[in-house]
Amino acid sequence: MIKLLGRNIIRLIVLVMVQILIVNNIQINEYFLPQFYILFILLLPFETPRWLLLVSAFTLGISVDLFTQTPGMHAAASVFMAFLRPWILEMSAPRDGYETGTFPRLYYYGFQWFLRYTVILVLAHHFVLFYIEIFRFTEFFSTLLRVLLSSLFSIILIMLSQYFIFRK
Amino acid sequence: MRNLLRLIIRYYFFFLFLLLEVVSVTLLVQKNTFHRARFINISRSIEGSFYETFGVIREYLVLKETNQDLHMENTLLRNQLDGLTRKQEQSAELRYDYVPRRQFSYIPALVINASTNKQFNFITLDKGRNHGIEPEMAVISPKGVVGIVYSVSGNYSSVIPLVNRDLRLSAKIRRNGYFGSLSWPGSGYDNAILEEIPFHVDLRHGDTIVTSGYSAIFPEGIIVGTVEEFEAFEGNFYTITVDLAVDYKNLSHINVIRNLMKEEQLELERVR
Repeated sequence: MIKLLGRNIIRLIVLVMVQILIVNNIQINEYFLPQFYILFILLLPFETPRWLLLVSAFTLGISVDLFTQTPGMHAAASVFMAFLRPWILEMSAPRDGYETGTFPRLYYYGFQWFLRYTVILVLAHHFVLFYIEIFRFTEFFSTLLRVLLSSLFSIILIMLSQYFIFRK
Repeated sequence: MRNLLRLIIRYYFFFLFLLLEVVSVTLLVQKNTFHRARFINISRSIEGSFYETFGVIREYLVLKETNQDLHMENTLLRNQLDGLTRKQEQSAELRYDYVPRRQFSYIPALVINASTNKQFNFITLDKGRNHGIEPEMAVISPKGVVGIVYSVSGNYSSVIPLVNRDLRLSAKIRRNGYFGSLSWPGSGYDNAILEEIPFHVDLRHGDTIVTSGYSAIFPEGIIVGTVEEFEAFEGNFYTITVDLAVDYKNLSHINVIRNLMKEEQLELERVR
């Protein structure tokens, strides 16, 4: 239990660092802004209490905000994503439910399951994030394009991470 | 009361969600409250010390171009210096009652973090209030205008560059002096839009756009960019696409400009 907690705290710190030091420096143009740090929320154990889920998502978002001078922007999007997570997990559960001792990873539940889980949550997160950033609906379609292209980029990064870093 | 409590406990997940979202959105929308100001301050100092450590690598990577720029600027300054000493000798006989020696003082600083792909981009500098930087000072690089200082902490400051939708700058065409308002359309870190240039003005591709010097922030005549293309949308005014002189992806050595006579100018203008 303690080991699991420690591992997740370290993962939070490492992902925030990776986001601000590496991913934020991939500046292709204004349509591709990958958000890799949300992998943290995707990988939290199934048994995480719901309040802890929200609080840790908020902590994650606000830490990224601290480095990008966007108070509340990433926090709002991350909390929204964490709020959706229990339903998405419930919706896409295998017939006999999730086994104890497993984690929401590609390794345990396969490519298709993980891809669907990732796509829904990443889209939800990016949608909130980019519309909050622009804070108006006048440029609806250009913002939508930003959401879609950035999500695509983030999803590719997250899927790749499953093969190279979180193999087990 | 009891029922209410029971309701909250039952749906605590939803209420906690609402609470956290309200906290985030409050931070986000209120422009000038105490909390937001505190957040920005803490953010600035964490960000500053953090990026300073990692900015070293960036600085090293752009060393070659930086050297070239410095060389160019040295040449330019030498040329100007020569011209000025001569002018001074010529006008030695003309005496006014009081003419201040200089109007602008330049503070050197390094860029330690910059973004170009957001809608509201910012640049962080490694100097702050302790080095004499204050909000609303001009920031230039050897190539031209970078932006305006937005806020400062003890040792760091953050700059709104031209590539931020919030910034509007008064700029003019160097060849004929007509001035307009420059802003960023939100896409492409290498161009901006100049508006309010009347239709009858003779424009050419490649015309140099410089600062107008009307705002008490920028000295007059600092290069902003060149005219890339222009078109007349609604009758009387041109919409000019300006190719920005500064490369925002490759910024490192910049100067912050303090206008020593800003107070004087503002005071005079207030009386009017």
